[in-house]
Amino acid sequence: MDSLKIICPNGHLGFAPLKVESFRLGVAAKPDFIAADSGSDDIGPVPLGSDGCASPKAWQEHDLEQMLLASREIGVPMIIGSAGDTGSDSRVDMYVQIIRDLAARHGLAPFKLGWFYSEVDKEAVRAKIASGSPVQGLDARADLDEGELDATDRIVAVAGVHPYRALIEDGCDVIIGGRSSDSAIFAAAALSRGFPEAQAYYLGKVLECASFCAEPYGAKETVLGEITRDWVEVTAMHPGQRCTVASVAGHAMYERSNPFHEYVAGGVLDMTDCRYEQVAEKTTRVTGMRFAPADDVRVKLEGAGKLGERFVGMAGIRDPYTIAHVDEAIEWAREQTRERFGETGWALHYNVFGRDGVMGEMEPLRDRPGHELLIVVQGVAPTREMAEEVAMTGTRQLFYARLPDVKGTAGGVSFVFDEVLPASPGYRWTLNHTMAVDDPLELFPRHTETVGA
Amino acid sequence: MTKTRLSELAKTIRSKNAGTDKITFDIIFREREAYETVKRSGALSRDAMARLYGIDEARITDFVEYDPAYAIKFTILRRRPSGSPGDPDIFGAQQYAPLLDVEVETA
Repeated sequence: MDSLKIICPNGHLGFAPLKVESFRLGVAAKPDFIAADSGSDDIGPVPLGSDGCASPKAWQEHDLEQMLLASREIGVPMIIGSAGDTGSDSRVDMYVQIIRDLAARHGLAPFKLGWFYSEVDKEAVRAKIASGSPVQGLDARADLDEGELDATDRIVAVAGVHPYRALIEDGCDVIIGGRSSDSAIFAAAALSRGFPEAQAYYLGKVLECASFCAEPYGAKETVLGEITRDWVEVTAMHPGQRCTVASVAGHAMYERSNPFHEYVAGGVLDMTDCRYEQVAEKTTRVTGMRFAPADDVRVKLEGAGKLGERFVGMAGIRDPYTIAHVDEAIEWAREQTRERFGETGWALHYNVFGRDGVMGEMEPLRDRPGHELLIVVQGVAPTREMAEEVAMTGTRQLFYARLPDVKGTAGGVSFVFDEVLPASPGYRWTLNHTMAVDDPLELFPRHTETVGA
Repeated sequence: MTKTRLSELAKTIRSKNAGTDKITFDIIFREREAYETVKRSGALSRDAMARLYGIDEARITDFVEYDPAYAIKFTILRRRPSGSPGDPDIFGAQQYAPLLDVEVETA
């Protein structure tokens, strides 16, 4: 095979629906694979920790239906990574069931469905640490210790190309993956057809966010990537978008610490000497990428741990004196909460919009608050009852804050509603680490079945 | 000496998560000339960014000038992981605003 073509219709399947017009243009271009990743850690730790989704099921089904019908219509494999935002086992099962249901509803001819899981048991991680193989922290985090592991509710391993290659080479027509590197699903397809690693991983890198590598800006539009042994080309499918040297080179640095290196399980893609060339109106060609295989395979782990139940309150301030003394009003409310619940075992978080609500301590203008403020209050505690009372105390006591020279003595803040609202529980990212493995397939158990038989 | 605001020189000024523990900033120029002007001016540097955001320079993990895209890019460590209670910007998408008004010596 001289070249291979893959289309990607969505950079985070389910988060917002794919746009059908450019997707159908992509399908008409006769790709060899249709692929998209459905996950992101941008959505915060709550979905992984609580084993839920950040995306509505209707949008996930919409995109899976479009892709499945197209894949069966033109007879090429479809690959989905990081099922259901987090790639947890329950999200993989949910996507597998959606595929079965869609096949039945549309009376599709039999096809081979493959899937793999990527949740990692806490005890397996504990045993790895005990064996003397440190679970190393990324991004300035310390190596994982047992305390942090105990505080974790759910862990997923981030798959590289290996489980995808195994399922592709096993002849699967539709593949649903657990948590994965975005680029791996595309790279695996190219590697399974014999293309070199550097070009394959670059293909994945450029396709993973769909039309984010095109201009003008417009998400959820399909792009087509083509790979040979020598180059990667990427083409925008939307009639109004183009893949330009600027848009493709610019995308190389999107959501990455630096634009030169992309680390995956098994090695690093080096883009330092990439060359970009506009070869057609809507197409840019990239050459010069390199790939350096790693000596040992380390797999990234993501983990989330629960901090407590959470309620949210809001309060407005218009009095300029109170605005100037808002930190004292907040301290008053905290003190009332301490009197009720003691020093520890609960948390209050205040975001003061109109002063530094968006940027916190990084806000250069935080000493110049606006003429009105909105305070968002979060109360976190072990039970829902206590979290509600913590949030209520932390919000309502702003109303009673004792500021010495305030003129308004009938209430220090405004309320849109005099209640606090139930929110998702508070979680935090506990794991952003890597773990050594002997076999790159060992954390990713695979399954296949024939659907529609 | 002429000064121009960065927002008048750059095509794109953006911020976004780079994983759970970092926020990365991209300043992208349409033409080489504006890119080179800003590079030469020194208006964007590790030191200048640490001062603009009031953070310790050690929190800036990467600062690179990326010629293929006419882009300057830097990355900072978050104070706490994205989405922890109290984090006001889960996606890190609104942290770029102070860059718009950075003044660049253009002549």
